[in-house]
Amino acid sequence: MRFHRKKKEIMEADLTPMIDMTFQLIAFFMIIINFSEVDRAEEIMLPTSRIAKPPEVLPDYRVILNLNEDGSLIFDGQRVERIEFIGSLLRREVSAAARVRVKPGDVSVIIRGHQETPTGLVQRLMAKCQEHELESFSLRVKEER
Amino acid sequence: MKFRKGIQKAQDIRLNMTAMIDIVFQLLVFFIMTFKITAMEADFNVRMPLASEQVARPDEVLPTVIRVNLRAGGDRHIAGVDVDNEIQSMTFDQSDMFQRLTEFVERTLAREGDASTAPEVEVEFTIAEALRYKYTVMAMEAVSGKVLPDGTTKRLIEKIKFRSPN
Repeated sequence: MRFHRKKKEIMEADLTPMIDMTFQLIAFFMIIINFSEVDRAEEIMLPTSRIAKPPEVLPDYRVILNLNEDGSLIFDGQRVERIEFIGSLLRREVSAAARVRVKPGDVSVIIRGHQETPTGLVQRLMAKCQEHELESFSLRVKEER
Repeated sequence: MKFRKGIQKAQDIRLNMTAMIDIVFQLLVFFIMTFKITAMEADFNVRMPLASEQVARPDEVLPTVIRVNLRAGGDRHIAGVDVDNEIQSMTFDQSDMFQRLTEFVERTLAREGDASTAPEVEVEFTIAEALRYKYTVMAMEAVSGKVLPDGTTKRLIEKIKFRSPN
């Protein structure tokens, strides 16, 4: 019996479209990636609003305070058990703002309060900020469509 | 001059893409794993200036202040809204209290007339400490504006203050 020896062929797929698509996907994810996650505490359920709009101009300096239902705070990734203990962190932020020539009155304090938090706690937090000459506040809400 | 005879054989240069594709896929997996869909967030601005000893000038036109008091009831839910615009005071304690608050603000603004000639109108909130924060935001929304039937937003009052809790 005779056998035919088959000629070896190198099969090569054209990878160009796949590489194109992959690079486009990487570019897409790189653009939309959010590096400010450290400022947000995911466990905080914000109240919703249909009227509030995202700020058009970003403030020169901002401080984001996450206020939990139990009165604890999450600030810059750190947990602070009580509002009264945040003084030293606020002082540090005011000094940091002064180094970039932003006056305490122009520092934007963004309060991300849980929707079930007693409003008195929000007001106490504002009063604590006022002790450090911070007077511009933004109450953050989730945009409802 | 002598030329080389014959045609040079075209060389097939091939790049090894394996390493690049490995890295690219690792990057892609990293971005996909860290991708999180987050809802858009917006702000209500509240300015709480520090108390100063500065005395108002005699010619200075003071803004009209609408005072809004939010009362808390059982289980820290809202019990009612008291409003006062220096001329009339009202109390709303029905389920449509926030809608009535918006109407009250609209009436006050209509009375004050054109914003360019009339003194500014601002809202000062006094809020029960125990009240759930979501009701405070609902009240702020009610004085800030309203959504019209065509989907557009009518802006009402921008200046909102909180009365210090004492």
